[in-house]
Amino acid sequence: MIAVIDYGVGNLFSLTHSLKKIGADSVVTNDKEIIKKADKLILPGVGAFGDAAEKLKKDGLDKLIIEQCNDGKPLLGICLGMQLLFDKSFEYGEHKGLGLISGEVLPLKDYVNGLKIPHMGWNSLKFYDDNPLFNGTAEGQYVYFVHSFFAKCNEGLSATCDYGIEVTAAVRKNNVFGMQFHPEKSGEVGLNILKQFELYNG
Amino acid sequence: MLAKRIIPCLDVRNGRVVKGTKFTNLADVDDPVKLAQFYSECGADELVFYDITASAEGRKIFCDVLKEAASNVFIPLTVGGGINTLDDFERVLNSGADKVSVNSGAIADPSIISNAAKKYGNQCVVLSMDVSLIDGKYKVFSKGGRIETDIDAIEWAKFGEDNGAGEIVVNSIDTDGVKKGFDINLLNAICANVNIPVIASGGAGSIQHFIDLFKTTNVDAGLGASVFHFNEFSIKTLKNKLKESGIEVRV
Repeated sequence: MIAVIDYGVGNLFSLTHSLKKIGADSVVTNDKEIIKKADKLILPGVGAFGDAAEKLKKDGLDKLIIEQCNDGKPLLGICLGMQLLFDKSFEYGEHKGLGLISGEVLPLKDYVNGLKIPHMGWNSLKFYDDNPLFNGTAEGQYVYFVHSFFAKCNEGLSATCDYGIEVTAAVRKNNVFGMQFHPEKSGEVGLNILKQFELYNG
Repeated sequence: MLAKRIIPCLDVRNGRVVKGTKFTNLADVDDPVKLAQFYSECGADELVFYDITASAEGRKIFCDVLKEAASNVFIPLTVGGGINTLDDFERVLNSGADKVSVNSGAIADPSIISNAAKKYGNQCVVLSMDVSLIDGKYKVFSKGGRIETDIDAIEWAKFGEDNGAGEIVVNSIDTDGVKKGFDINLLNAICANVNIPVIASGGAGSIQHFIDLFKTTNVDAGLGASVFHFNEFSIKTLKNKLKESGIEVRV
């Protein structure tokens, strides 16, 4: 069973319906006991980093997620959920993340001179490792992005897309996965990525 | 690289898709859920659902249709029409919308843009504007293009960006429904003044119109309705032709 962690950030309609579509057994929850019992975790998120990190912390979910990941439980962070995996973010101040992957989150506008912000739309993937979640996805296939900040990783780079600079599109460190794009909004390609996460067994 | 987007727009009334020519003479076309699935399979990059009902009952039917579409179609969905308050944002977001487009509602109360951006994030807020050239100036119209306002379209676009809109839809009243091509001058004027994605609307009649749009402006997406609903050309054919012309698209 996949637990989609509900901490009051963003709209989970598409994510829950896409998990249903691929036949995954999933539950949307903030209940720590259910999260502990789940086989896998998804950390979603849309909005501001500081606010999201604060909400995770307030409920003690941050510590639980770190514990669960350190115990080897697979986790997929999506969009802001991916950014939260890193050490810190500079989105409106400086905020501490979960620190599961080494790196920091920076404003795109300081790096992509003259390009529109947010980076919104379908962009093509370039691979940097053999991430099992990309089984069945070919390099060059398009996925849907919408974000104004990006992760500069010191480790775990799995895929990028070209938006003036090479923007981190996916990361992976052992059992911890992150996608900057929205698999739940990326058509068949995205549904397959979610399916591969469901099938992943270490 | 970031692909240019092709976006079919579905005007929905009483649970059915309709398309206006110059905003009148509506004709029934198809079931919105089936049409949404069809477009998604054909390579549409995104869909716009536009609610043209006014009654509370119509709003409920619209949300039911939206929920069903969003449960079956996994590409971004933008919803517009009848968005006047944050409660309206909430209503359609809970029914599966990813982005919400606000038009007359923002003219009546411009603070809705910043309030919605704060609550739901910039990526969620689309400022949609109906524009016509009046005495050499681009003016914003409200109420589905029926009422002229004093608002300058370029200033309005900048205001939208400054207040947190994540995207702008520019619908030219002058080219809408006549299928003679997009309003290139208007679109260039808007693109020159904002740094957020711009979606062109109004005037799509042929594949060449989309090629011209992407070759001569910096817009991110082209929106079409009847050209797609009446299958004058398929989205697949359109995207292949765009690719042949050297335009980055998702095929």
